[in-house]
Amino acid sequence: MEFNFTVTGGDFISAGHASSEVKKVLQKLNVDPKITRRIVVALYEAEVNIVAHAYSGTIKASIDTEKITLVLDDEGPGIPSIEQAMQEGFSTASEKVREMGFGAGMGLPNMSKNADELNITSDVNKGTRVEIITWLNNKAKA
Amino acid sequence: MLTTFAATISLKTNLNIVSMEIKSLLAHTEGNLITTQISEDIVFENAFASDLMSDVLTLDASNTILITGLANLQTIRTAEMSDIECVIIGRNKKVTPDMLELAIKSNICLIESPFSVFKISGILYQNGIKPLY
Repeated sequence: MEFNFTVTGGDFISAGHASSEVKKVLQKLNVDPKITRRIVVALYEAEVNIVAHAYSGTIKASIDTEKITLVLDDEGPGIPSIEQAMQEGFSTASEKVREMGFGAGMGLPNMSKNADELNITSDVNKGTRVEIITWLNNKAKA
Repeated sequence: MLTTFAATISLKTNLNIVSMEIKSLLAHTEGNLITTQISEDIVFENAFASDLMSDVLTLDASNTILITGLANLQTIRTAEMSDIECVIIGRNKKVTPDMLELAIKSNICLIESPFSVFKISGILYQNGIKPLY
């Protein structure tokens, strides 16, 4: 099954809506609550990143019996150095983002910790693609 | 007052942990329960105090209370994603209508307290609630 969402940059009122919907689906599918938490925490961090940094984005959630694949595409400034962005404490977030409780440079490391596979590609001044894959039956990190 | 309400803290001797019910939480923090349809049977074992939501999202524990001074919608979203069932907002910060609506949808107990985050943390710690780190 597949679910698609759109995300608007700067819209902190709606930020987290897609993550919330995906969580409800996983709960209905009786996915282990610990695995569900890892999935939605990684997705929420990625969703907030689009709201915080990009102009707009889409989220595609594909679920089969073995895994969930989340693909987040955004149009935005991109990430000049993914290696640097993966370091804890590195952040380019605005003051507004920090006021919302984010922007401490923990988002990407936290996504990495909670995903079984995390793939990030980015073009500066174009946008970023984040792919998060998590196995649903304790195959990997859970 | 603490002595009076100490009796309401349930001691789970078989698990050797102290848990705190919502009624006790309200008494100890002089809190105001904002959400109403929360089960009073919920018991809490751990608490985490932070205004940094990415820090909260690193938690991996159940029966946890979030104590925070950050009163916005993302506080509730973060609790929802982290399976946190109770959020105490310190220093008389007010819960907004959209926070309340989301908390109700997500079955999250919301408490406003006049005390500082530090004082709430100290009181809960003193009454057996465990830190996560």
